[in-house]
Amino acid sequence: MNLETTRSVVIEREMPHPPEKIWRALTQGELIKEWLMENDFRPAVGHKFNFQVTPVPNWDGVIDCQVLLVEPNKQLSYTWNALGLKSVVVWTLTPTKTGTLVRMEHSGFPAGKEAAYKGANYGWQKFIGHLEQVLARIG
Amino acid sequence: MAATSGEVFTALADPTRRALFERLSREGELTVRVLTDSSGVSQPAVSKHLGVLRHAGLVSARHKGRETHYSACPRGLSPLVDWMTFYSSFWEDRFSRLEDLLKRMDQ
Repeated sequence: MNLETTRSVVIEREMPHPPEKIWRALTQGELIKEWLMENDFRPAVGHKFNFQVTPVPNWDGVIDCQVLLVEPNKQLSYTWNALGLKSVVVWTLTPTKTGTLVRMEHSGFPAGKEAAYKGANYGWQKFIGHLEQVLARIG
Repeated sequence: MAATSGEVFTALADPTRRALFERLSREGELTVRVLTDSSGVSQPAVSKHLGVLRHAGLVSARHKGRETHYSACPRGLSPLVDWMTFYSSFWEDRFSRLEDLLKRMDQ
């Protein structure tokens, strides 16, 4: 048991659909509702929204979120704050010969600084910057 | 009282605290002085970070003479394991629902 393996949940599945179609399912409120939860999501950086599930004892079933990154058909990220725990969800779509590799990473905190510097493109750097601001507010 | 996954994640969100915890996990019991010498931050800062880690159940302290010796508590990571177990099955289930939805959607 170590930090690298316990800090996040990663799920990857290849799906026989184009990235554009999967993007719609990830970003259109009515479609999100069908597979994830009731929501008032909009794909705009900074937008604050909720996911809502049936309340249970000691929990109102509300997940507070804020959009961190929107790169159409490629990458989507939002904060995921439930029961006092702030975490971050990142979706990455990569086209394959027969469809799309869908990767979801749900992290309790970001990887080390090395990981931020390895990200070559500006979008990723910017994302890490947002993430650090968000995490800084926790403390 | 056991720490919550929120406390454990918050404690580990700071890179300095993460480095301290990783070093103690790797090297075993160390004093604040030894940890300070190689950390690049002041001793009061290191002590404060160790306090947060201790509150989160990630390290334990043992007083010996004038020095405090710290060691990692790997079991302190168990709230993260619970969190992961919950969200692994949650997202596996939602991925399957997403695939069902994609089959029903128009191109």
